[in-house]
Amino acid sequence: MSTIVFSILVLVLTGVASAVILYFVAQKFKVIEDPRIDTLTDMLPGANCGGCGYAGCRSLAENIINNNSLDGLRCPVGGDNVMSDIASFMGLEASQATPQVAVIRCNGGKLNTTPKVRYEGVKDCLYAHLNMSSEGGCPNACLGLGSCVSVCAFDSIKIDNTTGLPIVDQEKCVACGLCVKICPRKVIELRNKGIKNRRVFVSCVNTEKGGISKKNCNVSCIGCGKCEKVCEFGAIKIENNLAYIDYDKCKLCRKCVVECPTGAIHEVNFPPRKEKANVEVEASQIK
Amino acid sequence: MKTFHRGGTHPEENKLTNDCSIEVFPLPKQAVVFVSQHLGAPATLVVEKGEKVKVGQLLAKAEQFICANNHSPYSGTISKIDLAIDFTGYKKTAIYIDVENDEWLEGIDTSNEIVRDIKLDSKQIVEKIKEMGIVGLGGAAFPTHIKYMLPEGKKADYLIINAVECEPYLTSDNRLMLESAEEALIGIEILKKALGVEKALVGIEKNKPKAIEQMTNLATKYKGIEIVPLKTKYPQGAEKQLIYALTKREVPSGKLPIEVGCVVNNIGTAQAVYYAVQKNRPLIQNILTLTGKSVKQRKNLLVRVGTPIQSVIDYCGGLPEDTGKVISGGPMMGKAISDLSAPTVKTTSAILIMSNKESSRKEETNCLRCGKCVTVCPMGLQPIHIAQLAENRLWEETEKSSAMDCIECGCCLYTCPAGRPLLDLLRLSKNNISEIRRQRAKR
Repeated sequence: MSTIVFSILVLVLTGVASAVILYFVAQKFKVIEDPRIDTLTDMLPGANCGGCGYAGCRSLAENIINNNSLDGLRCPVGGDNVMSDIASFMGLEASQATPQVAVIRCNGGKLNTTPKVRYEGVKDCLYAHLNMSSEGGCPNACLGLGSCVSVCAFDSIKIDNTTGLPIVDQEKCVACGLCVKICPRKVIELRNKGIKNRRVFVSCVNTEKGGISKKNCNVSCIGCGKCEKVCEFGAIKIENNLAYIDYDKCKLCRKCVVECPTGAIHEVNFPPRKEKANVEVEASQIK
Repeated sequence: MKTFHRGGTHPEENKLTNDCSIEVFPLPKQAVVFVSQHLGAPATLVVEKGEKVKVGQLLAKAEQFICANNHSPYSGTISKIDLAIDFTGYKKTAIYIDVENDEWLEGIDTSNEIVRDIKLDSKQIVEKIKEMGIVGLGGAAFPTHIKYMLPEGKKADYLIINAVECEPYLTSDNRLMLESAEEALIGIEILKKALGVEKALVGIEKNKPKAIEQMTNLATKYKGIEIVPLKTKYPQGAEKQLIYALTKREVPSGKLPIEVGCVVNNIGTAQAVYYAVQKNRPLIQNILTLTGKSVKQRKNLLVRVGTPIQSVIDYCGGLPEDTGKVISGGPMMGKAISDLSAPTVKTTSAILIMSNKESSRKEETNCLRCGKCVTVCPMGLQPIHIAQLAENRLWEETEKSSAMDCIECGCCLYTCPAGRPLLDLLRLSKNNISEIRRQRAKR
């Protein structure tokens, strides 16, 4: 009997003593954290993709609280909805940003280039980039090994088996920019989604002279400058034998698309053209 | 028999061209010489389009510390200075020369007479090596003179000459030792003098008995040059492994051989140094082995820098029908050539032609956990562990697992029964770690 009483007594006393010690230790080493950090973290999407430039959603939340401003702090995944929620919670003004989407600026792939070499190393774009130009010979081409696919946290990029090129699912893409960072060829660009999701862009990043790039690829930009001349809004600039369309200036008139002799300029989500037959004749004459 | 103590493997030797004596390759009609052919900062062009050049004339000048001069291997007119494709398929600035004749610059001794007297002192020798654009001919193309400008407080005990040639198929060093042993030995003497050491050790793999015999006989005439036969084991010719085999000293991780009092140079470099110092001849040619099981006429050729690879292959009977891969260098460490119109560079020591069957990789399957890659790794790394980390893109973890110590010898990839791309992943880790380190340095 006395053994049981003794054990209970010892346990109770130890428990009480520990509780007292722990209480004072907890008081002494208490970390005072702004409770708003937790609230903000919950408001953010929680993908921890790093698209904002910080290590994760919590890190962005901490930075918003510490800076007490939203300058340069933006969650590209949540977009305007999340940012306006955060802004109203913090009593700040949220900057509006145009929604963007990742765009693949290479259309070479299996269909438009003739493979000269065979790559059989590890399926990683950076490794291939270090060892060779590309199977078709273009030093700027998409390698099609899917580093962008592996890094996408939103499952929005896939490699198309027929073309060997990545395709962006524009519904799922949140423009976090992870694929842009990992692409060793800088083939992926974040561009404005555009009105009704309509976009016009140059699907090529090759900076070689026209003759050389044309040898390797049927659809490369040859830097001929026709699009630059036809553009009424001064949105197109040719630099290093490559045309680039400034999406802020582009009014989506699509004149450049018709003018391009190699078909390097792409239009997305436009309704089909009315006089399509005529346009094709024109395009072939230009060639 | 001396060798390194850890790992290593023994691939089929295939030294098919051991008995083919060195032929002089005829001058091409048009040559393409890259402006920079070394490791480090690019050299600055000193010639212009339309200019007439002679053999040995300076084309590009080294203006920064890790940089090497580049001389014209031909006499003729510079037709253009433009981008040219190199063997990886990328384009680099190059000088196109229309070759007219073989007129050498005045002051260069073109005779075959052997000059034994070393007139220059150590400082002048290093200056001469720098002036003549000598780079390491072992493969890395590191400017040689930098190895002889020892950092403060460091002293060299040994000069180590790498004549191991552990890569299968390659025979250029073997032929060099058989045909111009004396030139190489004088070159070693010069390097010894430049470094101020008493002893030079020349490591040669046991599978070259004739070369060992000839070198040992001739080396008796020179004081302090010792020829050491080494066990035939790959990668015997890797810098750190060779130092261990010859001196039992181990180079610490991330450090250079001078840390343990050694300077290592290739035997080909020694010969180039002989030409530079004794004959005033810049580095404009090298010995190239054209080999492969299916090649009709396998040859050892003395080729000027800038010769199109295609013309070398045509000279030896053309590309065999079943060709799967053309490799610049040996089968273990060489790189696949993606464009045959690319010219040779200072360090092109071999062109290896392999059939489709020989060269394609094994089908990749799951890791068997057999541990063979760990057994063969000469640096004592765990390739599969690092590869797994690399597959998950955990670059900082690969750094902790010493991925940077990898010498890229390819033993792991060669041995792996599951065909895992271990070497690729290790190289990828090294590249990503260097990038991370650069970022850290910026901060």
